[in-house]
Amino acid sequence: MPYNIVVLLKRVPDTESKITIRDNAVVTEGLNFVLDPYAEYGLEKALQLVEQHGGKVTAVLFGPEDAKETIRKALAVGADEAVHIVDPALEGGDAGTTAHVLAAALKKIPFDMVWAGKQAVDEDNAQVPLRVAELLDLPHVNSIIEFEISADGKSARCVREVDGERDVMVTTLPAIFTAQQGLGEIRYPSLKGIMGAKKKPITDWNAAALGLDPATVGKAGAQIEMVALMPPPARPPGKIIPGDAETAAKELARLLREEAKVI
Amino acid sequence: MSNDILIIAEGRAEGLRKVSLELVNAAQQLSTALGGQVFGAVVGKGVSAWAETLAKTGVSKVFVADDAGLEKFAPESYASALAEIVRAANPAVVLFGASGWGKELSARAAAKLGWGLVTDCTEAKIENGTLLLTRPIYAGKAIAQVRAKQFPVMVSLRPNIIPPVEANHAPAPIEPVSVTLKEPRAQVVETVSKPKSKVDLGEASIVVSGGRGVKGPEGFVPVQELADTLGAALGASRAAVDAGWIDYTHQVGQTGKTVAPKLYIAAGISGAIQHLAGMSSSQVIVAINKDPDAPIFKIADYGIVGDLFQVLPALNEQVKKLG
Ligand SMILES: Cc1cc2nc3c(=O)[nH]c(=O)nc-3n(C[C@H](O)[C@H](O)[C@H](O)COP(=O)(O)OP(=O)(O)OC[C@H]3O[C@@H](n4cnc5c(N)ncnc54)[C@H](O)[C@@H]3O)c2cc1C
Ligand SMILES: Nc1ncnc2c1ncn2[C@@H]1O[C@H](COP(=O)(O)O)[C@@H](O)[C@H]1O
Repeated sequence: MPYNIVVLLKRVPDTESKITIRDNAVVTEGLNFVLDPYAEYGLEKALQLVEQHGGKVTAVLFGPEDAKETIRKALAVGADEAVHIVDPALEGGDAGTTAHVLAAALKKIPFDMVWAGKQAVDEDNAQVPLRVAELLDLPHVNSIIEFEISADGKSARCVREVDGERDVMVTTLPAIFTAQQGLGEIRYPSLKGIMGAKKKPITDWNAAALGLDPATVGKAGAQIEMVALMPPPARPPGKIIPGDAETAAKELARLLREEAKVI
Repeated sequence: MSNDILIIAEGRAEGLRKVSLELVNAAQQLSTALGGQVFGAVVGKGVSAWAETLAKTGVSKVFVADDAGLEKFAPESYASALAEIVRAANPAVVLFGASGWGKELSARAAAKLGWGLVTDCTEAKIENGTLLLTRPIYAGKAIAQVRAKQFPVMVSLRPNIIPPVEANHAPAPIEPVSVTLKEPRAQVVETVSKPKSKVDLGEASIVVSGGRGVKGPEGFVPVQELADTLGAALGASRAAVDAGWIDYTHQVGQTGKTVAPKLYIAAGISGAIQHLAGMSSSQVIVAINKDPDAPIFKIADYGIVGDLFQVLPALNEQVKKLG
């Protein structure tokens, strides 16, 4: 049975990148942006499911105009089409308004499953997909490391990992799933994939296309706002303890007990 | 809406989790500024023992949703039960622990109630009548301060940022909340494995971790031995997890657990930015690495340049001697 699968993708700075802060904001020039790695696991699972069962993968990304480049990466590895929600009026919100925007988009796309990341590695909010599930009155399974669809195609069996515990969860479809590291190996685009991505459709939607009231989205709709962004406090320089293993270990144990008072 | 603060406690077979007792302390500090009361809540099936403990922590009241429909974990049912409790308590702020459980349910409950939610905070305070929250972002490379533009609001707080309260007060009243639950569409049908270690990685006060430098699964033996002596949780880098030497549930870092213990010992870990993301707010960091240029030494308070297979057993002996 073929499946329509939507993957929610966020554009985030590569985790290796150096973050520079100016005027309470991250300097974006020169930053290398990538697909959120957790959402990428979700994308990979969606591609595999469509390879197995047939169907279609639609990538949905809400973000600024220059996120198109990141959307192309998803098309290059095999997503069939993409929706780019792009509108300055929608920017400046919080996790609640982002979920509101994505839920509005999902109302316009037929789907059997939605895949997302367990959290996005930029702000580690870990709330957007679960909010979307609630807004659309859908079940969700969070933090999935193994996934399989039942023989009748009406439900899914997921192994999920949370707080060191591993559970099997079963859900009916349609549902929203979030991917945890370990769900699969991420594929890299081939040259053919990259070329082909240029011909795949990306549809732009703005607030009006989604029928969103400007007061409920972006800065106006946000209930949480950033007031300051700063670099982490510097740690005082550490001590290298000299000597052979015996001597150093003895001195370390003493320092941990007497100086740091942590053991 | 009141000026009250509601904390959502969570428990395990052994009893309430430590983070729940930390939340009570955090709530008490906030309520000094907000001028309301502190309430506690527990949800689940057969959770009266947790409620009784929570009632003795100095809170003014404990709300309990104890329902057969909550026997197996089901996000929809749990979020519904939490929403019922929040309606009954009518607080200005709801505090969750930033555990997997707390983060998942707070997100779903916040959406249900239409509230704002700030996850994974390391500090919460009231300033000029508004709630200010601190949270590390970009893998710990930046610290954001955010503000709740309005009450009510939900927050999840990281374990270990504030000491736990004791459950030694005169018991507060316990108020049952009845919940009406629909048949959930997604639910747990089986628990495959429980955390093996005695100490929970997310809230341990000492963590001893091994990385690629331990060279194989048996390399974790000296790491585990030191952890046992210290009563610590066992951690690992992603390289060790990806190599299959240790289970993923031990991974510390951006795509693993975030830990902030009072002591973090990293053995055979180079200190990649994604590893640091999960442990750089630890109070005291110790690095054991044979490469003097390993980046981990830049954030370590104490470092030993040497072979972990010699240093860890020696350290274990020394710690045992200190008693
Ligand atoms: C998106 C993304 C997410 C990631 N998430 C995480 C994460 O959550 N957690 C994480 O840890 N990593 C994560 N990584 C991987 C990270 O980039 C590093 O690859 C990883 O942390 C390296 O692990 P390591 O320090 O154990 O290995 P290495 O970098 O190989 O370091 C091994 C160290 O051991 C030392 N050593 C070797 N032998 C000995 C000995 N006998 N005695 C003492 N020292 C010895 C070496 O000098 C070296 O410094 C992520 C990467 C990406 C791209
Ligand atoms: N702007 C966005 N556009 C599309 N998907 C998003 C967006 N923000 C968050 N998501 C999805 O939600 C997941 C978790 O994000 P967060 O709740 O922000 O940590 C991400 O991995 C994405 O799958």
